[in-house]
Amino acid sequence: MDRYVNVPINKEELRSLEAGDYVYISGTIYTARDAAHKRMYDSLRNGENLPIVMENNVIYYMGPSPAREGRPIGSAGPTTSNRMDKYAPELLDLGLGGMIGKGKRSKEVLDAIVRNGAVYFAAVGGAGALLSRSIVSSEVVAYDDLGTEAIRKLQVENFPAIVVVDSKGNNLYETAIKEYAKED
Amino acid sequence: MRTISVSEITENIKEMCIEANHFLSEDMQDRLKTATKEEKSPLGKQILCQLEENLVIAKADMIPICQDTGMAVIFMEIGQDVHFEGGSLEDAVNEGVRQGYVEGFLRKSVVGDPLIRENTKDNTPAIIHYEIVTGNQVKITVAPKGFGSENMSRVFMLKPADGAEGVKQAILTAVKEAGPNACPPMVVGVGVGGTFEKCALLAKKALTRPVNESSDIPWVREMEKEMLEKINHLGIGPGGLGGTTTAFAVNINTYPTHIAGLPVAVNICCHVNRHAVRVI
Repeated sequence: MDRYVNVPINKEELRSLEAGDYVYISGTIYTARDAAHKRMYDSLRNGENLPIVMENNVIYYMGPSPAREGRPIGSAGPTTSNRMDKYAPELLDLGLGGMIGKGKRSKEVLDAIVRNGAVYFAAVGGAGALLSRSIVSSEVVAYDDLGTEAIRKLQVENFPAIVVVDSKGNNLYETAIKEYAKED
Repeated sequence: MRTISVSEITENIKEMCIEANHFLSEDMQDRLKTATKEEKSPLGKQILCQLEENLVIAKADMIPICQDTGMAVIFMEIGQDVHFEGGSLEDAVNEGVRQGYVEGFLRKSVVGDPLIRENTKDNTPAIIHYEIVTGNQVKITVAPKGFGSENMSRVFMLKPADGAEGVKQAILTAVKEAGPNACPPMVVGVGVGGTFEKCALLAKKALTRPVNESSDIPWVREMEKEMLEKINHLGIGPGGLGGTTTAFAVNINTYPTHIAGLPVAVNICCHVNRHAVRVI
Protein backbone atom coordinates (compact mmCIF):
# COMPACT_ATOMS: atom_id res chain seq x y z
CA MET A 1 0.00 0.00 0.00
CA ASP A 2 1.23 3.52 -0.75
CA ARG A 3 1.47 5.66 2.37
CA TYR A 4 2.47 9.25 3.02
CA VAL A 5 4.17 9.75 6.37
CA ASN A 6 5.41 12.80 8.21
CA VAL A 7 8.49 12.70 10.39
CA PRO A 8 9.11 12.98 13.32
CA ILE A 9 6.59 10.18 13.74
CA ASN A 10 4.91 8.90 16.91
CA LYS A 11 4.50 5.29 17.99
CA GLU A 12 0.84 5.13 17.08
CA GLU A 13 1.54 6.10 13.47
CA LEU A 14 4.51 3.75 13.34
CA ARG A 15 2.25 0.89 14.41
CA SER A 16 -0.04 1.57 11.44
CA LEU A 17 2.77 0.88 8.96
CA GLU A 18 3.08 -2.65 7.62
CA ALA A 19 5.95 -4.55 6.03
CA GLY A 20 5.64 -4.09 2.27
CA ASP A 21 4.10 -0.60 2.43
CA TYR A 22 5.62 1.83 -0.04
CA VAL A 23 6.06 5.10 1.85
CA TYR A 24 6.78 8.68 0.91
CA ILE A 25 8.47 10.37 3.85
CA SER A 26 8.28 14.14 4.42
CA GLY A 27 9.71 16.25 7.23
CA THR A 28 12.98 16.19 9.17
CA ILE A 29 15.32 13.21 9.37
CA TYR A 30 18.93 12.83 10.54
CA THR A 31 21.85 11.08 8.88
CA ALA A 32 24.34 8.97 10.82
CA ARG A 33 26.56 6.12 9.77
CA ASP A 34 29.49 4.14 11.21
CA ALA A 35 31.67 6.86 12.75
CA ALA A 36 28.77 8.97 14.09
CA HIS A 37 27.20 5.89 15.68
CA LYS A 38 30.48 5.01 17.37
CA ARG A 39 30.73 8.55 18.80
CA MET A 40 27.15 8.47 20.05
CA TYR A 41 27.82 5.08 21.64
CA ASP A 42 30.94 6.42 23.36
CA SER A 43 29.00 9.49 24.57
CA LEU A 44 26.41 7.28 26.20
CA ARG A 45 29.16 5.23 27.88
CA ASN A 46 30.56 8.50 29.28
CA GLY A 47 27.17 9.65 30.52
CA GLU A 48 27.02 12.52 28.02
CA ASN A 49 24.00 13.76 26.07
CA LEU A 50 23.55 12.77 22.44
CA PRO A 51 23.79 15.57 19.86
CA ILE A 52 20.31 14.73 18.54
CA VAL A 53 17.08 13.63 20.19
CA MET A 54 16.13 10.02 19.48
CA GLU A 55 12.47 10.08 20.46
CA ASN A 56 10.14 9.85 17.43
CA ASN A 57 12.98 10.64 15.07
CA VAL A 58 14.22 8.75 12.05
CA ILE A 59 17.90 8.11 11.29
CA TYR A 60 18.99 7.66 7.68
CA TYR A 61 22.14 5.54 7.29
CA MET A 62 23.75 7.68 4.63
CA GLY A 63 26.95 9.57 3.87
CA PRO A 64 26.45 11.85 0.85
CA SER A 65 28.86 12.82 -1.90
CA PRO A 66 29.70 16.56 -1.84
CA ALA A 67 27.06 18.99 -3.12
CA ARG A 68 27.72 20.93 -6.30
CA GLU A 69 27.14 24.65 -6.08
CA GLY A 70 23.48 25.59 -5.71
CA ARG A 71 22.40 22.11 -4.66
CA PRO A 72 21.47 20.99 -1.12
CA ILE A 73 23.37 17.69 -1.33
CA GLY A 74 25.19 15.31 -3.65
CA SER A 75 24.34 11.68 -4.30
CA ALA A 76 22.45 10.42 -1.25
CA GLY A 77 21.49 6.75 -1.19
CA PRO A 78 21.44 4.36 1.78
CA THR A 79 24.44 2.48 3.14
CA THR A 80 24.33 -1.10 4.46
CA SER A 81 22.56 -1.07 7.82
CA ASN A 82 24.13 -4.07 9.52
CA ARG A 83 27.27 -2.12 10.40
CA MET A 84 25.10 -0.07 12.75
CA ASP A 85 23.59 -3.18 14.40
CA LYS A 86 25.92 -2.97 17.37
CA TYR A 87 24.61 0.49 18.22
CA ALA A 88 20.97 0.50 17.06
CA PRO A 89 19.23 -1.40 19.93
CA GLU A 90 20.32 1.19 22.50
CA LEU A 91 19.10 4.06 20.30
CA LEU A 92 15.79 2.27 19.75
CA ASP A 93 15.42 1.87 23.51
CA LEU A 94 15.91 5.64 23.77
CA GLY A 95 12.87 6.12 21.54
CA LEU A 96 14.30 6.18 18.00
CA GLY A 97 11.25 5.76 15.78
CA GLY A 98 12.74 4.50 12.57
CA MET A 99 15.84 3.75 10.57
CA ILE A 100 16.31 4.03 6.81
CA GLY A 101 19.02 1.89 5.24
CA LYS A 102 19.41 -1.26 3.22
CA GLY A 103 20.07 -4.90 4.01
CA LYS A 104 19.48 -7.40 6.75
CA ARG A 105 19.52 -6.61 10.50
CA SER A 106 20.68 -8.67 13.46
CA LYS A 107 18.31 -10.49 15.79
CA GLU A 108 19.16 -7.95 18.51
CA VAL A 109 17.97 -5.09 16.27
CA LEU A 110 14.83 -6.96 15.20
CA ASP A 111 13.99 -7.64 18.85
CA ALA A 112 14.55 -3.98 19.74
CA ILE A 113 12.28 -2.90 16.86
CA VAL A 114 9.41 -5.04 18.21
CA ARG A 115 10.13 -4.15 21.86
CA ASN A 116 9.88 -0.44 21.04
CA GLY A 117 7.29 -0.46 18.25
CA ALA A 118 9.75 1.02 15.76
CA VAL A 119 10.10 0.53 11.99
CA TYR A 120 12.97 -0.32 9.64
CA PHE A 121 12.69 1.19 6.17
CA ALA A 122 14.78 0.41 3.09
CA ALA A 123 15.57 2.94 0.43
CA VAL A 124 16.79 1.69 -2.95
CA GLY A 125 20.54 1.12 -2.71
CA GLY A 126 22.56 2.61 -5.53
CA ALA A 127 19.92 5.16 -6.49
CA GLY A 128 21.69 8.09 -4.84
CA ALA A 129 21.13 10.57 -7.67
CA LEU A 130 17.38 9.87 -7.74
CA LEU A 131 17.03 9.96 -3.94
CA SER A 132 18.89 13.28 -3.73
CA ARG A 133 15.94 14.89 -5.49
CA SER A 134 13.74 14.28 -2.44
CA ILE A 135 16.15 16.12 -0.16
CA VAL A 136 15.28 19.79 0.10
CA SER A 137 17.97 20.94 2.51
CA SER A 138 20.90 19.58 4.46
CA GLU A 139 22.72 21.01 7.45
CA VAL A 140 25.53 19.49 9.52
CA VAL A 141 24.40 19.48 13.16
CA ALA A 142 27.16 17.42 14.81
CA TYR A 143 30.61 15.86 14.27
CA ASP A 144 31.51 18.19 11.40
CA ASP A 145 35.07 16.83 11.43
CA LEU A 146 33.76 13.47 10.20
CA GLY A 147 33.12 14.88 6.72
CA THR A 148 30.64 12.67 4.89
CA GLU A 149 30.04 10.80 8.17
CA ALA A 150 28.89 13.89 10.10
CA ILE A 151 25.34 14.01 11.47
CA ARG A 152 23.18 15.98 9.07
CA LYS A 153 19.66 17.30 9.54
CA LEU A 154 17.77 16.78 6.29
CA GLN A 155 14.47 18.21 5.16
CA VAL A 156 12.88 15.64 2.89
CA GLU A 157 9.84 15.75 0.68
CA ASN A 158 8.20 12.53 -0.46
CA PHE A 159 11.36 10.55 0.09
CA PRO A 160 10.58 7.05 -1.27
CA ALA A 161 11.17 4.04 0.98
CA ILE A 162 9.74 0.62 1.71
CA VAL A 163 8.74 -0.74 5.11
CA VAL A 164 10.94 -3.84 5.49
CA VAL A 165 10.43 -4.61 9.18
CA ASP A 166 7.26 -3.32 10.82
CA SER A 167 6.57 -2.77 14.52
CA LYS A 168 5.23 -6.33 14.84
CA GLY A 169 8.42 -7.81 13.44
CA ASN A 170 7.11 -8.82 10.00
CA ASN A 171 10.14 -8.90 7.71
CA LEU A 172 9.72 -8.28 3.99
CA TYR A 173 13.25 -9.52 3.21
CA GLU A 174 12.16 -12.98 4.39
CA THR A 175 8.66 -13.16 2.98
CA ALA A 176 9.25 -11.58 -0.45
CA ILE A 177 12.27 -13.75 -1.26
CA LYS A 178 10.27 -16.93 -0.52
CA GLU A 179 7.58 -15.78 -2.89
CA TYR A 180 9.96 -15.66 -5.87
CA ALA A 181 12.36 -18.49 -4.97
CA LYS A 182 12.30 -21.45 -7.35
CA GLU A 183 13.63 -24.90 -6.52
CA ASP A 184 16.16 -26.07 -9.08
CA MET B 1 60.69 2.40 -26.97
CA ARG B 2 57.88 4.91 -26.47
CA THR B 3 58.08 7.66 -23.90
CA ILE B 4 54.94 8.69 -22.02
CA SER B 5 54.82 11.55 -19.56
CA VAL B 6 53.30 10.59 -16.22
CA SER B 7 51.27 13.81 -16.33
CA GLU B 8 49.31 12.24 -19.19
CA ILE B 9 48.47 9.32 -16.87
CA THR B 10 47.32 11.75 -14.14
CA GLU B 11 45.05 13.64 -16.53
CA ASN B 12 43.45 10.47 -17.89
CA ILE B 13 42.86 8.93 -14.49
CA LYS B 14 41.30 12.13 -13.20
CA GLU B 15 38.82 12.16 -16.10
CA MET B 16 38.14 8.44 -15.82
CA CYS B 17 37.29 8.65 -12.09
CA ILE B 18 34.69 11.29 -12.88
CA GLU B 19 33.40 9.47 -15.96
CA ALA B 20 33.05 6.06 -14.24
CA ASN B 21 31.09 7.54 -11.33
CA HIS B 22 28.56 9.37 -13.51
CA PHE B 23 28.03 7.21 -16.60
CA LEU B 24 27.48 3.47 -16.58
CA SER B 25 28.85 1.43 -19.51
CA GLU B 26 26.51 0.52 -22.40
CA ASP B 27 26.51 -3.20 -21.59
CA MET B 28 25.33 -2.53 -18.02
CA GLN B 29 22.64 -0.10 -19.21
CA ASP B 30 21.34 -2.59 -21.78
CA ARG B 31 21.22 -5.38 -19.23
CA LEU B 32 19.25 -3.16 -16.82
CA LYS B 33 16.74 -2.29 -19.55
CA THR B 34 16.19 -5.96 -20.41
CA ALA B 35 15.78 -6.85 -16.74
CA THR B 36 13.18 -4.12 -16.24
CA LYS B 37 11.09 -5.66 -19.03
CA GLU B 38 11.48 -9.22 -17.77
CA GLU B 39 11.17 -8.79 -13.97
CA LYS B 40 8.13 -10.63 -12.60
CA SER B 41 7.73 -8.86 -9.25
CA PRO B 42 5.79 -5.56 -9.48
CA LEU B 43 7.91 -4.01 -6.70
CA GLY B 44 11.05 -5.38 -8.35
CA LYS B 45 10.03 -3.79 -11.65
CA GLN B 46 9.38 -0.49 -9.90
CA ILE B 47 12.86 -0.58 -8.33
CA LEU B 48 14.50 -1.37 -11.68
CA CYS B 49 12.63 1.57 -13.25
CA GLN B 50 14.02 3.78 -10.47
CA LEU B 51 17.51 2.53 -11.22
CA GLU B 52 17.06 3.44 -14.88
CA GLU B 53 15.79 6.88 -13.88
CA ASN B 54 18.73 7.21 -11.49
CA LEU B 55 21.17 6.75 -14.38
CA VAL B 56 19.41 9.44 -16.40
CA ILE B 57 19.53 11.92 -13.49
CA ALA B 58 23.17 11.11 -12.72
CA LYS B 59 24.17 11.89 -16.28
CA ALA B 60 22.01 14.98 -16.77
CA ASP B 61 22.72 16.64 -13.42
CA MET B 62 26.27 15.31 -12.92
CA ILE B 63 25.41 13.67 -9.60
CA PRO B 64 27.28 10.41 -8.90
CA ILE B 65 25.16 7.33 -9.69
CA CYS B 66 25.79 6.15 -6.12
CA GLN B 67 27.01 8.21 -3.16
CA ASP B 68 29.57 5.48 -2.47
CA THR B 69 31.94 6.53 -5.21
CA GLY B 70 34.17 3.74 -4.01
CA MET B 71 37.80 3.05 -3.49
CA ALA B 72 39.52 3.59 -6.83
CA VAL B 73 40.66 0.21 -8.13
CA ILE B 74 42.97 0.71 -11.09
CA PHE B 75 44.35 -1.87 -13.50
CA MET B 76 47.43 -0.68 -15.40
CA GLU B 77 48.41 -2.93 -18.29
CA ILE B 78 51.73 -1.51 -19.34
CA GLY B 79 53.48 -2.40 -22.58
CA GLN B 80 57.08 -3.45 -21.95
CA ASP B 81 58.31 -0.98 -24.58
CA VAL B 82 56.96 2.00 -22.64
CA HIS B 83 59.19 4.33 -20.71
CA PHE B 84 57.60 6.78 -18.26
CA GLU B 85 59.14 10.17 -17.64
CA GLY B 86 58.40 13.12 -15.39
CA GLY B 87 58.27 11.42 -11.98
CA SER B 88 56.89 8.41 -10.18
CA LEU B 89 54.11 6.51 -11.97
CA GLU B 90 52.52 5.52 -8.68
CA ASP B 91 52.39 9.16 -7.53
CA ALA B 92 50.92 10.16 -10.89
CA VAL B 93 48.13 7.59 -10.59
CA ASN B 94 47.28 8.73 -7.07
CA GLU B 95 47.39 12.36 -8.15
CA GLY B 96 44.82 11.54 -10.86
CA VAL B 97 42.57 9.94 -8.24
CA ARG B 98 43.02 12.92 -5.91
CA GLN B 99 42.14 15.44 -8.62
CA GLY B 100 39.22 13.37 -9.90
CA TYR B 101 37.65 12.91 -6.47
CA VAL B 102 38.21 16.49 -5.29
CA GLU B 103 37.31 18.33 -8.51
CA GLY B 104 34.55 15.88 -9.50
CA PHE B 105 32.55 16.24 -6.25
CA LEU B 106 33.05 12.54 -5.51
CA ARG B 107 32.87 11.17 -1.99
CA LYS B 108 36.11 10.62 -0.11
CA SER B 109 35.70 7.20 1.42
CA VAL B 110 39.26 6.16 2.25
CA VAL B 111 40.73 6.00 5.76
CA GLY B 112 44.51 6.10 6.07
CA ASP B 113 44.89 3.44 8.72
CA PRO B 114 42.42 0.55 8.98
CA LEU B 115 42.13 0.86 12.77
CA ILE B 116 42.84 4.53 13.50
CA ARG B 117 40.38 5.33 10.66
CA GLU B 118 41.14 8.95 9.79
CA ASN B 119 39.79 9.95 6.40
CA THR B 120 42.56 10.86 3.92
CA LYS B 121 40.15 13.49 2.51
CA ASP B 122 41.10 12.94 -1.14
CA ASN B 123 40.22 9.25 -1.63
CA THR B 124 43.85 8.23 -2.01
CA PRO B 125 45.60 5.91 -2.07
CA ALA B 126 44.16 3.94 -4.96
CA ILE B 127 44.38 0.17 -5.21
CA ILE B 128 46.69 -0.28 -8.21
CA HIS B 129 47.31 -3.54 -10.06
CA TYR B 130 50.19 -3.44 -12.55
CA GLU B 131 50.60 -5.92 -15.34
CA ILE B 132 53.47 -5.89 -17.83
CA VAL B 133 52.34 -6.89 -21.32
CA THR B 134 53.91 -6.78 -24.77
CA GLY B 135 53.74 -3.64 -26.92
CA ASN B 136 54.14 0.08 -26.40
CA GLN B 137 50.69 1.07 -25.12
CA VAL B 138 49.15 1.51 -21.69
CA LYS B 139 45.65 0.21 -21.01
CA ILE B 140 44.08 1.81 -17.96
CA THR B 141 40.91 0.50 -16.30
CA VAL B 142 39.43 2.59 -13.50
CA ALA B 143 36.88 0.62 -11.50
CA PRO B 144 35.59 2.50 -8.43
CA LYS B 145 34.42 -0.18 -5.99
CA GLY B 146 31.72 0.42 -3.40
CA PHE B 147 31.93 -1.46 -0.13
CA GLY B 148 28.31 -2.52 0.34
CA SER B 149 29.04 -5.32 -2.08
CA GLU B 150 32.78 -5.57 -1.39
CA ASN B 151 32.01 -6.49 2.23
CA MET B 152 29.95 -9.47 1.01
CA SER B 153 32.78 -10.94 -1.08
CA ARG B 154 34.43 -14.22 -0.09
CA VAL B 155 37.47 -16.42 -0.64
CA PHE B 156 37.08 -20.20 -0.30
CA MET B 157 40.14 -22.47 -0.20
CA LEU B 158 38.43 -25.62 -1.55
CA LYS B 159 39.93 -29.07 -1.93
CA PRO B 160 40.51 -30.55 -5.40
CA ALA B 161 37.91 -33.22 -4.51
CA ASP B 162 35.26 -30.50 -4.13
CA GLY B 163 35.39 -30.04 -7.92
CA ALA B 164 32.86 -28.15 -9.99
CA GLU B 165 30.09 -28.75 -7.45
CA GLY B 166 32.22 -27.13 -4.76
CA VAL B 167 32.82 -24.08 -6.94
CA LYS B 168 29.09 -23.73 -7.66
CA GLN B 169 28.23 -24.07 -3.96
CA ALA B 170 30.81 -21.40 -3.07
CA ILE B 171 29.24 -18.96 -5.55
CA LEU B 172 25.72 -19.63 -4.27
CA THR B 173 26.79 -19.35 -0.63
CA ALA B 174 28.36 -15.93 -1.23
CA VAL B 175 25.36 -14.63 -3.18
CA LYS B 176 22.83 -15.91 -0.61
CA GLU B 177 24.74 -14.32 2.25
CA ALA B 178 25.05 -11.07 0.32
CA GLY B 179 21.29 -10.90 -0.33
CA PRO B 180 19.91 -7.38 0.02
CA ASN B 181 23.15 -5.99 1.53
CA ALA B 182 24.99 -5.98 -1.79
CA CYS B 183 22.41 -3.88 -3.68
CA PRO B 184 21.12 -6.51 -6.12
CA PRO B 185 20.86 -6.96 -9.08
CA MET B 186 24.53 -7.86 -8.70
CA VAL B 187 27.35 -8.71 -11.02
CA VAL B 188 29.21 -11.72 -9.67
CA GLY B 189 32.94 -11.87 -10.40
CA VAL B 190 34.52 -15.26 -9.75
CA GLY B 191 38.15 -16.35 -9.72
CA VAL B 192 38.95 -20.07 -9.81
CA GLY B 193 42.50 -21.36 -9.40
CA GLY B 194 45.85 -19.68 -8.77
CA THR B 195 46.77 -18.98 -5.16
CA PHE B 196 44.97 -17.24 -2.28
CA GLU B 197 45.64 -13.73 -3.64
CA LYS B 198 45.57 -14.64 -7.34
CA CYS B 199 42.00 -15.94 -7.25
CA ALA B 200 40.83 -12.73 -5.56
CA LEU B 201 42.48 -10.69 -8.29
CA LEU B 202 40.93 -12.91 -10.99
CA ALA B 203 37.52 -12.30 -9.44
CA LYS B 204 38.06 -8.55 -9.31
CA LYS B 205 39.17 -8.46 -12.93
CA ALA B 206 36.20 -10.62 -13.96
CA LEU B 207 33.95 -7.73 -12.86
CA THR B 208 35.50 -5.51 -15.54
CA ARG B 209 34.48 -7.89 -18.34
CA PRO B 210 31.33 -6.64 -20.15
CA VAL B 211 28.20 -8.39 -18.84
CA ASN B 212 27.24 -9.47 -22.37
CA GLU B 213 30.50 -11.36 -22.96
CA SER B 214 31.04 -14.98 -21.92
CA SER B 215 34.25 -16.86 -21.24
CA ASP B 216 36.12 -18.47 -24.17
CA ILE B 217 36.51 -21.72 -22.24
CA PRO B 218 33.54 -24.08 -22.87
CA TRP B 219 33.12 -25.43 -19.29
CA VAL B 220 33.47 -21.92 -17.84
CA ARG B 221 30.89 -20.54 -20.24
CA GLU B 222 28.48 -23.31 -19.23
CA MET B 223 29.05 -22.66 -15.54
CA GLU B 224 28.52 -18.90 -15.97
CA LYS B 225 25.19 -19.57 -17.64
CA GLU B 226 24.06 -22.20 -15.13
CA MET B 227 25.02 -20.08 -12.12
CA LEU B 228 23.25 -16.99 -13.45
CA GLU B 229 20.09 -19.03 -13.79
CA LYS B 230 20.44 -20.57 -10.32
CA ILE B 231 21.12 -17.18 -8.73
CA ASN B 232 18.08 -15.68 -10.39
CA HIS B 233 16.01 -18.55 -8.98
CA LEU B 234 16.99 -17.59 -5.42
CA GLY B 235 14.18 -15.01 -5.35
CA ILE B 236 16.32 -12.24 -3.79
CA GLY B 237 15.36 -9.77 -6.54
CA PRO B 238 15.99 -6.03 -7.02
CA GLY B 239 16.92 -4.38 -3.72
CA GLY B 240 16.58 -7.81 -2.08
CA LEU B 241 12.83 -7.23 -1.91
CA GLY B 242 11.91 -10.31 -3.94
CA GLY B 243 11.94 -10.97 -7.65
CA THR B 244 13.45 -12.77 -10.60
CA THR B 245 16.42 -10.46 -11.24
CA THR B 246 19.10 -11.08 -8.60
CA ALA B 247 22.16 -10.94 -10.88
CA PHE B 248 22.94 -9.42 -14.26
CA ALA B 249 25.88 -11.69 -14.96
CA VAL B 250 28.30 -14.22 -13.53
CA ASN B 251 31.80 -13.68 -14.94
CA ILE B 252 34.32 -16.41 -14.15
CA ASN B 253 38.09 -16.16 -14.75
CA THR B 254 40.41 -19.11 -14.23
CA TYR B 255 44.14 -19.76 -13.78
CA PRO B 256 46.34 -22.83 -13.26
CA THR B 257 46.67 -23.90 -9.63
CA HIS B 258 48.58 -26.25 -7.30
CA ILE B 259 48.00 -30.04 -7.19
CA ALA B 260 46.72 -29.66 -3.63
CA GLY B 261 44.31 -26.78 -4.06
CA LEU B 262 41.20 -25.26 -5.60
CA PRO B 263 40.99 -21.59 -4.52
CA VAL B 264 37.74 -19.81 -5.34
CA ALA B 265 37.05 -16.10 -4.86
CA VAL B 266 33.64 -14.51 -5.27
CA ASN B 267 33.79 -10.73 -5.66
CA ILE B 268 30.33 -9.28 -5.61
CA CYS B 269 29.48 -5.98 -7.23
CA CYS B 270 26.21 -4.09 -7.02
CA HIS B 271 24.20 -2.98 -10.08
CA VAL B 272 26.49 0.06 -10.28
CA ASN B 273 29.33 -1.99 -11.77
CA ARG B 274 31.54 0.91 -12.82
CA HIS B 275 34.56 0.85 -15.06
CA ALA B 276 36.13 3.25 -17.50
CA VAL B 277 38.71 1.94 -19.94
CA ARG B 278 41.25 3.85 -22.03
CA VAL B 279 44.24 2.85 -24.12
CA ILE B 280 47.05 5.37 -24.34
